[in-house]
Amino acid sequence: MNPIVQGIATIIAGVGGCVAYFYLSNLVLDKFIFPAKGKNIGRNINNANMVRPWLFLLPAILALGLYLMYPVVASFYRSLFNRSGDDFVGLGNYITMFSEPAFRRSFRNNMLWVLVVPASATFAGLLAAQLTDRMRGGNLAKSIIFMPMAISFVGASLIWKFVYANDADIGMINAIRALFGAQDPVDMLQVPFWNNFFLMVILIWTQTGFAMVILSGALRGVPEETIEAAIIDGANPFQIFFKIKVPQIMGTIVVVWTTTTILVLKVFDIVYTMTGGNFGTEILPSYMMSYMFRDDGRATSVAFVIMLIVLPVMIWNIVQARKEFR
Amino acid sequence: MDNIAGQKSGLMVATYVSVIVIVLLWLIPTVGLFVSSFRDRDQISASGWWQAPFSVVLADAGRANLDSQKEVDGVWVLKGNIFSDDDVSSRFKSGESSVTAFGSKGRAPGEFPVGTTANVQSGRTLIVEKNGDYTLTSPKEITGRGPRVYFQAETPPDFTLNNYRTVMTADNMDRAFINTLTVTIPATIIPILIAAFAAYALAWMEFPGRGLMIAAVVGLLVVPLQLALVPLLNLHNKIGIGQSFMGIWLAHTAFGMPLAIYLLRNYMVGLPRDIIESAKVDGATDFQVFMKIVLPLSFPALASFAIFQFLWTWNDLLVAKVFLPSADESKVMTVKIADDLLGSRGGDWGILATAAFVSIAVPLTVFFTMQRYLVRGLLAGSVK
Repeated sequence: MNPIVQGIATIIAGVGGCVAYFYLSNLVLDKFIFPAKGKNIGRNINNANMVRPWLFLLPAILALGLYLMYPVVASFYRSLFNRSGDDFVGLGNYITMFSEPAFRRSFRNNMLWVLVVPASATFAGLLAAQLTDRMRGGNLAKSIIFMPMAISFVGASLIWKFVYANDADIGMINAIRALFGAQDPVDMLQVPFWNNFFLMVILIWTQTGFAMVILSGALRGVPEETIEAAIIDGANPFQIFFKIKVPQIMGTIVVVWTTTTILVLKVFDIVYTMTGGNFGTEILPSYMMSYMFRDDGRATSVAFVIMLIVLPVMIWNIVQARKEFR
Repeated sequence: MDNIAGQKSGLMVATYVSVIVIVLLWLIPTVGLFVSSFRDRDQISASGWWQAPFSVVLADAGRANLDSQKEVDGVWVLKGNIFSDDDVSSRFKSGESSVTAFGSKGRAPGEFPVGTTANVQSGRTLIVEKNGDYTLTSPKEITGRGPRVYFQAETPPDFTLNNYRTVMTADNMDRAFINTLTVTIPATIIPILIAAFAAYALAWMEFPGRGLMIAAVVGLLVVPLQLALVPLLNLHNKIGIGQSFMGIWLAHTAFGMPLAIYLLRNYMVGLPRDIIESAKVDGATDFQVFMKIVLPLSFPALASFAIFQFLWTWNDLLVAKVFLPSADESKVMTVKIADDLLGSRGGDWGILATAAFVSIAVPLTVFFTMQRYLVRGLLAGSVK
């Protein structure tokens, strides 16, 4: 079947199926299982209201359970088996992996990403939010800084491939170097160690806008009185920013920071597009993709390592959410 | 607001300057890509995109036309215009390019300034004029093929749509574009309704385990997708979906679910309690309250989720690589660029820029027209 026709059919079946499911399941519940009439009317209505939330939740629970919860268990289980999936090897995959230089390098690089990218993106976002606040033309500036958010990581990587190109007539960096008298262009992506940072720049470039939008919302929420009081007490603009505003939006800063950290642990597109994991730039997600389709045991064990790194953030988020909703 | 207390004018200037610097840093790389996508291949390798509005100097060589050979006063003379040579004419538009220097050896294509008479090998002389007219004299009749004339010519900026034509026809990018659209639209629409019902239950219905469910959704927001790849691909293979559009729709629908429920619940819980309760007092069922009151009122939240999901599925590389077949006719644009074009067209910067721009044009349009909803959604998701 033509994919477009299939797509349209899927939309109709999906949306129609959802409406039909919710409508019919409610109808069955109210008219046949617990009809609101007869001598048990009171109990029936109560029973129906006990069941109904689960009718509303059922499709979502199925989707979440099958596609997000089941894989956690299934991936861990699969990672205990060898490549073909026949032999139980216990933690064998993890042990071989940790003794491998390539894995250790990806792990180290990934830690570097986790240290640098969230900090830089949050800081740049905070700076941009504060600077553009209440400025004439500030909204336009914000739009432009926010724009890379809409660009795919593949697209962003290509954009920066031009900037980094190993040719003073294509790459701006090399053109600037040539302007200052450098003789030969350098291939930025092959400079040992520092090439990791050149790749990080791409992610920072895309994520700063996200940080800026959220932090500028938070800055607007800082009570005017606290700032006025500080001004009356003779605080200068820097003191107002660092001692009055920043402490009050600390909660939001932490949210932005952790959200970006989670993203850093998942993004494989940039490394994949820019270097393919060569020249010492591999990170865990790209290391995992090199085993995907080849060795499921190994691929799932890398994925599970990523999960373990994300776990503290996940627990922290849940604890925060519980506090919020109680 | 320029002179409110606590703001100094010097600081204002510094602020403006730094904002301009940041904006330029953020804008310039994308502009470079955009400009490059309209430039001719030769021009891209001859000068940086920031010089695109200016002429570039290109070096080339053509052969002197032997048919024009005539004996005049004991010497053999060849006359002609270098731009009319078949090998050359495709690169230079005649009448627009002008020769700046010429030579007779490939090692030194710009040895002699234009308009001067040069003594070249075997007693010949060569002169090339600015408009490309050349005169070659030789003491002996030249046989075989015409001697090569090397030259450098200044060529005016050349903006074309050729790259777009090539990308869309020769590189199957048109097919990839349609595939991306095919993946994206159902994967954006289907999760909305499922998530909206769940969000309503979590926001406005009392039942045991509700807090636990909300916590689970918050936790699932951060589960790395990598974990899901192997088990679900195996599952899809087992139940016969395999790598297909159906598989990727299901995967995207489920992967977008936590964010959808979270955003919509946060929004719905803030709807005025009076409206919902008075509707219930009037005898409306939860189903009716949801369909007639909550769903229409939640439009802004639905829109912001739809934009998120659209951008995320359109831009996704990982899920498409795993859940779609690897055959060329079902590649989406991101996979096409990352796996195909970067390999086969690695050095062809014009083609790469164009392909990238084709793939980011739609999300950018969505972004600039719907930015309001996007910002609102972000704020609803993280600032309480």
